[in-house]
Amino acid sequence: MSKKKIIPIGPYHPLQEEPEFFKLIVEGEKVVELEIEIGYNHRGIEKLAENKHWDQVTFVVERICGICSTSHPFAYVLAVEDLLGMQPPQRASYIRMIIDELQRIHSHLLWLGLAGHFIGYNTIWMWAWKAREPILDLFELISGNRQHYAMMKIGGVRKDIDPQNYQAIRKTIKELYPTLKMFEKVVKDDPVIMKRTKGVGVLTKEYAISFGALGPTARASGVNIDVRKDDPYALYDKIDWSVVVLTDGDIYAKILLRILECLESSSIILKCLESLDRIPKGEIETEVFDIPAGEGIGRVEAPRGECFHYVRSDGTNRPVRHKIRAPSFMNVATNLVTVCGYTISDAAITLAAVDPCYCCTERGAVFSKSGKKILTGEELIKLSIEKTEKLKRLYQKQNKFNFQNKNI
Amino acid sequence: MKFILYFLFLFFSVSMGGIGWWLERKLTARFQYRVGPPWYQNFIDIMKLFIKETIIPQGASRILFILSPLVSLSSSLIVALILITDYFFKQNFIADIIVIIYLLIIPSLFLILGAFSSANPLALVGAIRETKQLIAYEFVFIVSLVIVIIKTGGSLFLSEIIERQMLGNIYFKSFSGLIAFILAFFYLQAKLGIIPFDTPEAEQEIASGVMIEYSGALLGFWKISKLLLYFSLPLFIIFLFLPGKFVDIIIKYFLLILLITVVKNINPRMRIKDVLEFFWFFLFPLGLIGIFLAINGY
Repeated sequence: MSKKKIIPIGPYHPLQEEPEFFKLIVEGEKVVELEIEIGYNHRGIEKLAENKHWDQVTFVVERICGICSTSHPFAYVLAVEDLLGMQPPQRASYIRMIIDELQRIHSHLLWLGLAGHFIGYNTIWMWAWKAREPILDLFELISGNRQHYAMMKIGGVRKDIDPQNYQAIRKTIKELYPTLKMFEKVVKDDPVIMKRTKGVGVLTKEYAISFGALGPTARASGVNIDVRKDDPYALYDKIDWSVVVLTDGDIYAKILLRILECLESSSIILKCLESLDRIPKGEIETEVFDIPAGEGIGRVEAPRGECFHYVRSDGTNRPVRHKIRAPSFMNVATNLVTVCGYTISDAAITLAAVDPCYCCTERGAVFSKSGKKILTGEELIKLSIEKTEKLKRLYQKQNKFNFQNKNI
Repeated sequence: MKFILYFLFLFFSVSMGGIGWWLERKLTARFQYRVGPPWYQNFIDIMKLFIKETIIPQGASRILFILSPLVSLSSSLIVALILITDYFFKQNFIADIIVIIYLLIIPSLFLILGAFSSANPLALVGAIRETKQLIAYEFVFIVSLVIVIIKTGGSLFLSEIIERQMLGNIYFKSFSGLIAFILAFFYLQAKLGIIPFDTPEAEQEIASGVMIEYSGALLGFWKISKLLLYFSLPLFIIFLFLPGKFVDIIIKYFLLILLITVVKNINPRMRIKDVLEFFWFFLFPLGLIGIFLAINGY
C-alpha cells in the first residue's frame, strides 16, 4: 500500500478566504506533490466590460478585487489614456499615486495580519489590522469610501484631495511609521517566527524568473522587477524612491519585504504631498469626449505585482475587447515549487505567502474528467446551452412521469 | 449525602473550567484589542451543541466514534472527583498519583482513536500529530512528577504531597521544584492544546484536525471533557507544586490561566517537529538536572 495521502486544502477551507483547491499529496507530514485547481470564482468581468460604456467599465473593474480595488481601474484608465495618447493633469497624477500607495500599505498590512493568522499568531493578526484601520479612515476622508474608492476616471480623477486633508494624511502616515518599525522589529527578533519562516518555502531566483513571478513574490527572490521603475506610469519617475529587493526567497523575506515596502510607500506619499503643495490648485481632469478606434495597454504595480489591462476600441462607446491579467495568475503557480518538500504546517503559510487574490485571477475553465482538457469560450457557451437544454428535457420528462423517477 | 456533595463538586469543576476557559478567551481578546465574549459564552455554546444534529460520517467506525467522547468525558470526571475528594476529605488510596496520570492520558488516547475512526484525512493528520505530541509531553510530565515524588520521600499519595507542602516548604520555592513546575506548565499548555502546541487542531492547516468530523452532542461531550480538563489539570499542578487554602488555590488557578494566555498570545504555532525537539532536547535535559538537584536536596 502506498503511504501517500491526499490532504485537500479547499474548495472551502478556513485557510483560504476564497474558493480554490489545492491538493496536497503527502507522505506523513511531508508534502511531495501539489495540484492546483482554480476556477471556482469566475465572474466573467471581461465579457461584462464589453457590454458597458467606457466610463462604466471603470466601476466594473473596480469590483474585481476588494483589496487592491484601485489597481484595476488605474490600469484600465491608463490603457484608455494610452489609446487616446493623452496625459492627465499633473495634479491628477499625484492624487492617483497617493491613492495607489495608500492602498499598497493597506493591502500589505492586511496580508501581514493574515500571515500571522496562518502561522497561528493571532496577536499579530489583530494588531496589524488595527494599524490598518487609520488608513481605511483616510480613504473614507479622501474618497468617501473605505473600500472601492472610485477615484479613477478616464482623463484624471473624480475627486480632488482637499488641502485641509493633507495634514490628516501626513499625521496618519507619521503615526503609522513607528508601528511599521515595530512590526519590522518583531519579525526580525522573534525566534519562533524566525523558526517558522526562515528557509521555508524558498523560491529561488531561477524559478521566480521561469515562472514569471511578479511583485513582492519575485522581489523577495532577488528579481528586481517593479513596473513603477521599469515602465513608470503616472509621475513615479519624477520623485525619488527605491525598489526594495531581498534575496532569500523564503517566507521570512516575503514578510520583511512587504513591511519594508510599506515604509517605502509612506515616504512616497509624503513626497507626493510635498509636490501637491508646490503645484497650484487647478484642473484634476482632462475631459474626454470621443474614444477613437485603436488599442491601448495599461500597466500598474498592484500590491501583488504587475496588473495588466488591454483595451481595444472600434470607435463606439464601449470597448470591443478588454483583457485583464492580474498578478496572482502568475504568482499562484510558483506554489508548485515552494510547497513541495516542506511539511503541511509550512504549506499553510507558503500557499498564502504569494498573497493570492483569486477573484482577480480567475478564468472560466472547464476540465474534463481526466482533468486535462481546457475548453475555449465558444465551447463553453455551447456547453452552457446544451446543459440548459438537458435540464429542460429532464424537467419535461419528470413532469411527464409525475416525478416518479426520483433518482434523477 | 456524600453523593450529593460529589455531584456538587463536579458541577463546581465544570463551572470553574468554563470560567477559566472564558478568562483565557477574554484575556486573549483584550490582548488583541477585541471585546471578547461574555462570561457564559462557553456554557451556551455547549448547550447549543446538544440541540444540534449529530452527524456520523459514512465509512466511520460507529462504535469507536461514539464511544470516544463518552470515555474521555468519564475519565476526566473521575480525575476531577479524585482531586477534589483528595483535597477535602483526605480520602485516598494507594498510589492515586499513578491512577491520575493514567486517567489523564485516556482523553488524549480516545481523542486519537476518535479521530482515526472518523475516516477523514485531515483528522488522520491531526491524530498522528496528537500521537507524537502525546509521547513528547507525557514523558516530560512524568519526569516532573518524579522530582515531586523524590522531594516527598517516595510517597505516591497525593494527599501526602499536599500535606507536606501545607506544613511549610512549598516545592515551587526550591530549585528542583521550580524546574519541575516549568516542565509541568508546558505539559499543561500542550495537554490543553493551546498555541504554541495546538498542532493537532491547527485550524489554518488541517481545519481543527482531530475534531473535524464531530458535531452535535458528541462534540458537546468533547467540550465538557475539555472544560473539566481546563479545571482539573491546573488544579493537579497547583496541588503538586503550590497548594494552600481553598481561596488561595482558586486565585492561583486564575493566575495559571493568565500565564497560559500570555504564552499563547506571544507565540505562533510550532511545527510538530519543533514541538518534539522542544520537549525532548530542551525540557527533558532540564528535567534530568531537576532530578539531580532533588536527590541532592535542593
